[in-house]
Parts: sequence; structure tokens; C-alpha cells
Amino acid sequence: MTERIERHLYDVVVIGAGGAGLRAAIEARLAGKRTAIISKSLFGKAHTVMAEGGAAAAMGNANSRDNWMVHFRDTMRGGKFLNNYRMAELHAKEAPERIWELETYGALFDRTKDGKISQRNFGGHEYPRLAHVGDRTGLEMIRTLQQKIVSLQQEDHAETGDYESRIRVFAETTITELVLSGDRIAGAFGYYRESGQFLLLEAPAVVLATGGVGRSYKVTSNSWEYTGDGHALALRAGATLINMEFLQFHPTGMVWPPSVKGILVTESVRGDGGVLRNSDGKRFMFEYVPDVFRKQYADTEEEADRWYSDPDNNRRPPELLPRDEVARAINSEVKAGRGTKSGGVFLDVSTRMPAEQIVRRLPSMHHQFKELADVDITKEPMEVGPTCHYVMGGVEVDPDTTAALGTVRGLFAAGEVSGGMHGSNRLGGNSLSDLLVFGKRAGEHAAAYVSALDHRPKLRPADVEAATDTALAPLSREGGENPYTLQQDLQAVMGDLVGIIRREGELTDALKRLQELKQRVAKVGAPGGRRYNPAWHLALDLRNMMIVSECTARAALEREESRGGHTREDFPAMSAEWRQVNLVCSLDEAGDVRLDRKALPTMPPELLELFDRGELSKYMTDEELA
Amino acid sequence: MTDRHFRVWRGDESGGEIRDYDVEVNDGEVVLDIIHRLQATQAPDLACRWNCKAGKCGSCSMEINGKPRLGCMTRMSTFGDDETVTITPLRTFPVIRDLVTDVSFNYVKARETPAFAPPSLAPGDYRMQQVDVERSQEFRKCIECFLCQNTCHVVRDHEENKAAFSGPRYFIRAAELDMHPLDARSDRKEYAQASQGLGYCNITKCCTEVCPEHIKITDNAIIPLKERVVDKRYDPLVWLGRKILRRDQVPGAAPAPVGEGGIPSRGVDGKPLGTPAPAGSSMAPSSTAGVTDVASGLGDGHVRLPEAPPVGADGRMDVAELLATNAGGPSPFGDDQQFPLAQVTYRPPEPDKD
Repeated sequence: MTERIERHLYDVVVIGAGGAGLRAAIEARLAGKRTAIISKSLFGKAHTVMAEGGAAAAMGNANSRDNWMVHFRDTMRGGKFLNNYRMAELHAKEAPERIWELETYGALFDRTKDGKISQRNFGGHEYPRLAHVGDRTGLEMIRTLQQKIVSLQQEDHAETGDYESRIRVFAETTITELVLSGDRIAGAFGYYRESGQFLLLEAPAVVLATGGVGRSYKVTSNSWEYTGDGHALALRAGATLINMEFLQFHPTGMVWPPSVKGILVTESVRGDGGVLRNSDGKRFMFEYVPDVFRKQYADTEEEADRWYSDPDNNRRPPELLPRDEVARAINSEVKAGRGTKSGGVFLDVSTRMPAEQIVRRLPSMHHQFKELADVDITKEPMEVGPTCHYVMGGVEVDPDTTAALGTVRGLFAAGEVSGGMHGSNRLGGNSLSDLLVFGKRAGEHAAAYVSALDHRPKLRPADVEAATDTALAPLSREGGENPYTLQQDLQAVMGDLVGIIRREGELTDALKRLQELKQRVAKVGAPGGRRYNPAWHLALDLRNMMIVSECTARAALEREESRGGHTREDFPAMSAEWRQVNLVCSLDEAGDVRLDRKALPTMPPELLELFDRGELSKYMTDEELA
Repeated sequence: MTDRHFRVWRGDESGGEIRDYDVEVNDGEVVLDIIHRLQATQAPDLACRWNCKAGKCGSCSMEINGKPRLGCMTRMSTFGDDETVTITPLRTFPVIRDLVTDVSFNYVKARETPAFAPPSLAPGDYRMQQVDVERSQEFRKCIECFLCQNTCHVVRDHEENKAAFSGPRYFIRAAELDMHPLDARSDRKEYAQASQGLGYCNITKCCTEVCPEHIKITDNAIIPLKERVVDKRYDPLVWLGRKILRRDQVPGAAPAPVGEGGIPSRGVDGKPLGTPAPAGSSMAPSSTAGVTDVASGLGDGHVRLPEAPPVGADGRMDVAELLATNAGGPSPFGDDQQFPLAQVTYRPPEPDKD
């Protein structure tokens, strides 16, 4: 073996440089640990920049009746009570502190009249709760965290003369394998995208913050990075995944022009007064209010319109129903032949408020549509439809420490890659606050784990050699399968057969096709050298996308009910029995996906009391309520 | 659907060439779509950065027909039907491969730009008015595509200026912090002048033109930074005030008047009054040499650097300056000039030099 591998020693390695990863790294560094941040892209380009609406935190700035209990309640309702209650509780309690903390890092949120952080309405939230910066909140967050890391590096430089003495960002670097010593994390192996050279980071603790899996879908709002790397790394290291059947399809993605199909139109367009209309010009959402939500949502256009100015005495417009309801409604309208030419519906703000106000409140939406589609949203409606947006499922973690469950130790997960927090469906705005709350906890507990170790786990050179061989294989495979074709085929299988509306026959078919694809992915080839070779990068990512897609398809077939981000046409109702079950994916010795049922943790009485019995009876079995 | 002709630069740091491709183009597509189709069909190893494909992450910066642009924000319909589209990597940064360049220059400069200095307020107690945060928010729209850095003629083709010049991206960062209502540092503009190379900029507005976020880099950040530097340094009234009063008596350094809602009103220099001054006046560590040090070695034919006004040994202008017709500094062309100028000694940067 002549391959030279660059070696580094760290205490904590954070894989992923989005909101959760950067927040975890800040915390680990503040705890005095030498920390590495692995970023698949350049520093500061993470997918978090795409989040537009805001970060949900019950600060009570816009409505003083808001508090963590109301936020907790909304989160559980949104997730249809499948959430890990403890994660939802911690999230609701800690989100305000995490947002305020960002201000001390230099974040500039929009303000209320009395100078506090302004909060806006969002689907599923009872009170205005989203801290925001126009419609580019995600960018503000990533920049703030990025600049905080730079400021920590400046402090380190002042003290040690080296910016990277305590925290270093490995930009454009991909981790392909976690290296274990027994059941403990010992390091992470990967390559620099720029040079194709390998590197080995020896560290006793790894925080996964790699985001989601959307790139396995044809229509998605996710960037190329979302190939389920963290999900797959965790599985291969012996951790478990839960809730993988739950994928959120954002109801309003761009449908035209074709090149930007999938790109998101923020929910705040609806929160600020935008309405959905079908091709007959009808405001159709009133017909899609499910019984569980009747009490909170208006049934006439007049009441709905009054709500924007007088939310205390009117019920909310049905356009602000949780995302899965809106996505399904749009899907039904299009299927019934009342969609637009490009297969979407109209989202209109142009007739609802003056042009000047639209430009001020939705600047980047206005900009995006003007530049990308030559559509002026102040003059004409947008064409929107459902797009794959977020995976609720992910690494099964201990709620307090974010440590991955399963057989592995020293592995932590935060953000989209972790599962449980959002149950079967995530509320808009809960993602950005989730990143901060659990990012901080992951960094903190990874540091504590390292401190408690009496020796660093040693890795075996044979494991590193095996990882090297796996990574190099596609380059030397003459006449292998084209990775781009394989990705398109995978996207077609997932998009067509494991999409927003699912059926048993299609899911079985999907699993069969995934098996075939798996054989082909094993023979993938990448022409060209190792320097910045996107074909090679994709060939390596495909392995992760396959395994995660299989988890989703298997779990989707198993769960015979419809709930949140999982809709079965053959089982359209929500089932109280299924609510008690989490589907847990793991890998067996042969590397095949194994699916187990596991009971959901039971909510303690003090949290149950926050809901009235009538509401709980919609979700829970009689014996649970007894 | 038609086939269109594209020319794409392929190669690495050892050299390369423009290669010709014929690619299918569909209605409504952008240049980045074409690159992706090229990768999927003809050139699987064509290197190109991209992420969000929605103009929000600033990854797919490239030069399209010689213009610095985002690949995802350049619609194919903006070109003529049979126009050849030529795609090359950013010129100011070293090529890694194909369209991917080494942009680490920007991250080095980011590190040298002093970070936000938090005021002594508890988290949750920050109070700011919307109108005050909006000025900084404009600059925080920046997606760090580095097109402004790429197009800036101070460093484009002038490798030698890179050490002393931070570039428009970091001028707006300085301006952003300068205008931040609660930033505890008060020497952002002086720092920009002394250590970021603000003086190199001669306001050609190229950066503003290429900004995909339409940030008014020159008008709203650079010019105010420059003006304020001039204000403070050369404004005769400020000078006189300083001469007569001690620093803590200068208007603007008075105890903070508290405005509506307990929000401190702002001082004359845009800082909240009564914010504690940072310990020590030095900025965060920087290994970059200041502009003046670099400029001292330059000969005649170089980019002309801004001239300081004639000052005495104490670093201050003569009091007679106050009475002169051109208070605030001499004309760079000499004070006895007739306009229009007959002979201008200023020479623009030569693109082919070195």
C-alpha cells in the first residue's frame, strides 16, 4: 500500500458544516476540545442557507401569551404525536436562549417596534413565533455561526499564534467511513474533494450533522450534498435510524421553469396573506380542512381574511394548515385536473397586498422569481406544487445527550440527520431552532464524553486500508456504470414509487428495483482522475443514497396507516395503534437493512396535561387514555 | 429543445484550453443546467461547484462570456439563439480544475477582519430599531459568491496587491459592523483604511455591477467608509474640537441619552452612545501589512495610492488649513491647477503588467 494518508488528531470531529454542525463545533471548542469541522462544500455554503421562513422560539415578543408549553403542544400536534416527547420538550424550552445567543454572535434579526426580535406567523404555530430576517433567515444563521467560528479562531490566534490551533474547518472534504475500535468511535476517514487525497481524523467522538436525503428524489428542494451520508455512516457504524418513512414534501415548490422545479417558495408567502387557487380560480383549501383542525381554521374567506389583522377574534386561513395537509390538497387538485399546465396550482400574493409591501416583506422570493422565471410576483401568481423537502427520520438518539443509540459509542447526531424530534411531520420554523438546540447539546455532550474517557480508542490500520480500497474502487473500474445514470434511475424509483402518495404494490415494486439498482451501484465506475472529479464523488455518494432509500421504502411498506409525511392510499386513516410504534432500521452482519418495531416512549403526566382529553382521543388508544 | 454550441475551459493549474461542446438546451434552463447535462452525457469529470441552484449559496460563480456571473442565475434565454456561450473559471483566483478555483484568499481575509464585538448586555436584552438594523442587513444579504472579489481590478491580474487588499466583500463586512447598532468597537473604519487596503479602491463600482444580491457595495459601504475616514481624520471641525476638548468631552461621547423604549439613541458617528469601549484599542490580530507599508515601496508607474494631507510632526494639520478654500485636504493634482486638467499624472492599472 503506497497510498499516503494525511493524519490528524482531534477530540471532536463534526461532520457537516450547516447550522447544527457549526453550533456543535462552537460548543465543543468552548468546552476546550480540539475540534474539526468537515464541510462537503466551501465553508458557509451549507443547505441551511435555503431556510427562509425563520426559527421558531417561544420568546413571546409578538404575543406575550406564547411560552414553551404552547410551542411544545404545537410541535406534538404537527408531528401527530409520534414525536419523541422529550426532544420536543427540550426544543421548546431551550429555543429562545439559543436565538438570543445568536444575537451575541452578531445576528441581526428583524425587530418589533419596541426593539425586540420580531416574530412572524407560520403554519401550525398558534402564535407568531418565528424569529426571521426577511426571507433569508437561514443565510443569516449560517453566516452568524460561521463568523462566530472565525471569531473563536481569532481568539485562538491571539493566544497561540495559529488560527487553527483549536478549531479547523476542512472545506470541500467528504467522510466516507467512520472507523471504530470495538464499539467505540476512533476516527473518520475521507477525502479532499479538491485533490482527491485521503485524510484520517483520529478522534474519540464524532458528531453527525450531515442533513437530509432529498437527492434521492426527482423533484427536491435539497442541494446535491443531501445524499444521506450521515444516515448511512451511522448505520454502518452500528447505530439505528427511526421514522425513515416520514418525508416532508413542501407544499409549495416552484413548478416552472423546469430547470428550477423543486425550489422552495417559503410558507411566509402564505403567512403574509398569499392564497392558493386552482386553475378555475377557486380558493380550494377550505375544502381540505381535516376534522382535527376544524376548530382552529376558518371556514369562510371573510373570516380567513380578517385573521391577518385580527388574529385573536378570528380563526386562521386554511392556507396555513400543516404542510402535509397543504401538499396533499395541492396533489388532489392537480390529479382532479384543476392544476396548471406545468402540474401545479397558483399561489397568489399579487392581488392581496400592494407591490411595495410584497417587495419589502418577501424580498428574496420576489428576486428569485424575477431572476429565475421572469415572473413578477407583485403582478402575477406563482405556479407551485409539492417538492421533497425534509426527512423527519434519522439517527435514533438519546434526547438529552444526542448520543446515537444502537451498538456504537462516541457517536452523536444533531439536526436533520437525527430522528424523533419532529415525529411524523415537522412544523415550519422548527428546523432552524432544532439545529441550534440539539447542535449545542451534541457539541456539549461529545465534549463531555471525550473528557470522561481514560484513553483514546486506537484504530486498526486494516480498517483504514479497507476504507481506502472501497473509496478507490470506482476509479479503477473499467467500463463501469455511469453514476449520473444510476442517480437518475434511483430518483425515478423513489419519486414515482415512494413519493408523496404510497401504495403497497408500488412499494414492493420499489424494493425489488432498489435491489437491482444495488447490484448496479456495486459496479459503478468513474472515469477521470482524483482531482475534483464529480463523477467519482457521486459514485461514492450513491452507496449512501441506496442504503437510505432502502430504509425509507422498507419502513413505508411496513407502516400501514397515513400520518404526517407518510400517506398510504391503501390505508388512508391515522391509527392509534400505529402511533405507539417506531420503526427502527439497522444493518445486519451481511450489510442488509433490518427493520424492527419499537414502542414509543410514554409521555409523562405533566406533559399530557397540556392537552385536553378530547384532542388526545384523536391520537391515542383508549387504554393509553385510561 | 435545440442543440447549442458551448465553449468550456478545461484544465488545471498546469494549464488548459477551451473545449467545444454541442449540448441540448431546453426552454427555461440556466447555464448551470447545461453544465450538469455536460457532466451527465459528455464530460463526467467536468469540475464545477454548485449547491442550492437557487442563487442563495453563491457556489456556482464562473465567467460567462467574460462576465462574472452565477451559473444558476444566468438564464439561457438571455443569449441570442445561435450565440456561442463561453464558460471560464474565475480569473482572479488560481485554478484547481476546470471551473473550480482556489478561493481560499477570501477565507484568509475573512479571518483577518475583526469579528463582531458584543456589548455588555445579557442575551435577550438586545434592543435595536428596525431602521437601524436595516443598514447592516443589506450587507448581510451577501451570499459570498466572491464575484465582487473576482471582478475588482485591484486584485484581478494584480497578484501583488492581494496581501494588502481585503476586497469589496470585506469592506461590506467592515461597513456592516460599523453600522451595527450594538457593536462595541468604534474603530472599524480606521481599521478598514489601515489594514484592509480601503485606499486601493478607486470607486469604479465594478463590484456593485456584478453583485447577484444587488447590494450597493460602492455607494452604501465603500463610499461611506471612505467618507467617514476622511471626516474623522481631516474634518477641521472635529480637529478643532479635539484640540480644544479632551476626548471624553467631544460631543458624541457624552453619556447616553436614552430614547424611546429604553433604546440608546445614536451618536454622531453612528455608534450607540455610551457603549463601553473595547479593552485596548487594537483590533483583532492580523498578519496583513497595512496599506501604507506596502505603498511605501512602490515606484511611480504603479497604481496611485491615496495621498494624505500635509500634516505636521504631531500628525495634525496646520490650523491655517481651517481657513483655506479647500479645507479638508489638498487636491491630489496640486492646488494650483486650472480645470479641465491639461496633464494628468494618474494612470489606470495596466492589465498586462507582470
